[in-house]
Amino acid sequence: MTPSGTGAVIRTEGLRKAYGDIEAVAGLDLAVPAGEIFGFLGPNGAGKSTTISMLCTLSRPTSGRAEVAGHDIVREPAAVRRSIGLVFQETTLDRELTVEENLRFQADLFDMPRRTARDRIGHLLELVDLADRRNAMVRTLSGGMQRRLEIARGLLHSPRVLFLDEPTTGLDPQTRGAIWEYLLRLPREDGVTIFLTTHHLAEAEHCGRLAIMDNGKLLVEDTPALLKAVIASDLVEIRTGDDTAAAQAIRTRFGLDATASAAGLRFRVADGAAFVPRLCSELTVPIHSVTVTPPTLDDVFLHYTGRPIRDAGGPGPTLSAGPRR
Amino acid sequence: MTHADALPDLTPRPVAAVPAPPRRAAAARDLRTLRVLWRREMLRFVRNRVRIATSLVMPLLFLLILGSGLNSALDRPGAGAGAGPGSGDFRSYLFPGVLLMVVQGPAMTVGALIVWDRQAGFLRQMLVAPVRRGALLGGICLGGATSGAAYAVPMLLMAGVVGVPYGFHLLLALAVLVLVAFSFTVLGVLGAVCIRKPETFDIVMGLCAMPLLFLSGALFPVHQLPGWLNAAVVVNPLTYGVDALRRVIPGGTAWAGEDAGPQWWGWTPPVLLELAFLALLAVGALAVAARRFSRTD
Ligand SMILES: Nc1ncnc2c1ncn2[C@@H]1O[C@H](COP(=O)(O)OP(=O)(O)OP(=O)(O)O)[C@@H](O)[C@H]1O
Ligand SMILES: [Mg+2]
Repeated sequence: MTPSGTGAVIRTEGLRKAYGDIEAVAGLDLAVPAGEIFGFLGPNGAGKSTTISMLCTLSRPTSGRAEVAGHDIVREPAAVRRSIGLVFQETTLDRELTVEENLRFQADLFDMPRRTARDRIGHLLELVDLADRRNAMVRTLSGGMQRRLEIARGLLHSPRVLFLDEPTTGLDPQTRGAIWEYLLRLPREDGVTIFLTTHHLAEAEHCGRLAIMDNGKLLVEDTPALLKAVIASDLVEIRTGDDTAAAQAIRTRFGLDATASAAGLRFRVADGAAFVPRLCSELTVPIHSVTVTPPTLDDVFLHYTGRPIRDAGGPGPTLSAGPRR
Repeated sequence: MTHADALPDLTPRPVAAVPAPPRRAAAARDLRTLRVLWRREMLRFVRNRVRIATSLVMPLLFLLILGSGLNSALDRPGAGAGAGPGSGDFRSYLFPGVLLMVVQGPAMTVGALIVWDRQAGFLRQMLVAPVRRGALLGGICLGGATSGAAYAVPMLLMAGVVGVPYGFHLLLALAVLVLVAFSFTVLGVLGAVCIRKPETFDIVMGLCAMPLLFLSGALFPVHQLPGWLNAAVVVNPLTYGVDALRRVIPGGTAWAGEDAGPQWWGWTPPVLLELAFLALLAVGALAVAARRFSRTD
């Protein structure tokens, strides 16, 4: 945080990282305000982890610059490291040490006072529900438990800025909920800024601001609500007695393209709720059910990257930033 | 979309939230870093009882079987009659060399640990902590030195079996072994910061360990080797560790003779100078390793 308490905690300017020919991050301009939960959404290989590792001083930008907590990541790496916490995408625990030893190791590296460390370790182990496993070897924990331990470790030294690279992968819904409850409290109570990447659209909804990244480039950055407003249309799904006739009628009466799916017909329309009464009065075929879904982040993602997030892995199609329909 | 022109200015400004620690505190932090990494090595050491046992078996067999075997084979007429090379027990000659073998394994494994930590990602976790990377490496090396020397203790206790008298000199020998173990660890660590793949690391370390040991005079006298090999002996840091060890342990030099140690232009350096030279090389190598380790890619 800057002394005035305002302004961006993370700022990047033309941040770039190239691995040979591959441009992992291609000129990133970001400003993350203090106390924000900032989400980074993007398909595999978008450059999310690379961005985090530059911001955390673990790799050196090819060009451009960035500041974290007011410190330049290249010139003042030590100061940056003192202010951040980081949960890596991959597991980085010492499997030959116990749960508690892993946390104590971290507390020592961050020079936490013994007493504070002991209290915090106890508290965090409760939070991630590992208090009864504190003396277990890490290699005997399940994958989800290891993840929980890593999150506890990232929070241990009460960092000003917390980087979480896909923190909740492999967690069951209860734990996911508990962790999120805690994460949401952090900015409010302690002014912590959280920078996280995720594939989970439901989680992305929790973020104050969201950035969508693809092929190393930032496509868009806004609040989840405003991002969804861009879609400006609701998804309507109907089940009728005769789908073919219904589709025909929808096309001629309203000029809308309805596609058939296993669940019936689906099409997009600007104000779904207002459209339903008109639809019912105009259609002659019997209607069994109507569902109206407001735009989701899934739609937003599809809109900006040209592909749905679920099959966003692999060598996807080249990005098309323009509207699809 | 976010554009560069919409960005607030990036001019550095002072930050109050996390002040840089003053100099004294920084030294204390380095010490704490050393200690915590040392402790980690110790925890891993005591938990690995099977490895402790197995790594002692080989040198022990070496000492008892090879030592006794060669002792009788080399038993020349007139041996044991007092003065001159060839007069001592070959097993007492082999004893310092075997001690060296004992500390070598565990000490160099510490380097392998770094490679595995890198592989497992744990190293990244350490690198993102606000500690000096040199302190990280230093702690690891101290841990390696301690565990290496700890392996030597049971072997030192066997001294009587091979005809080496018990006494204060064994403590001196242990002190020398700590330094030797430290040097081995630094060697492993230097390899580990340069080599990233575990397989390559194992091969390279295996390739280094053999000649280092054989050309140090640990197992057989090396003062009569042909010129170019002799040069390798003189530049081998271990030569000085071995020679210091021999001169500290009674009977260590008897079999090969007093002048079998390394010589600088015909001059035999005193024990303390040998040790200082070894320590200097180790610290120098550690500095190189720390420099390399601190580089961000
Ligand atoms: N050390 C490296 N050497 C070479 N290329 C790399 C390296 N690290 C990342 N890359 C490349 O940079 C690109 C971005 O990778 P990155 O790990 O940042 O993606 P990501 O957005 O985190 O993806 P995921 O969702 O799969 O975690 C990829 O094309 C990857 O192959
Ligand atoms: Mg990633």
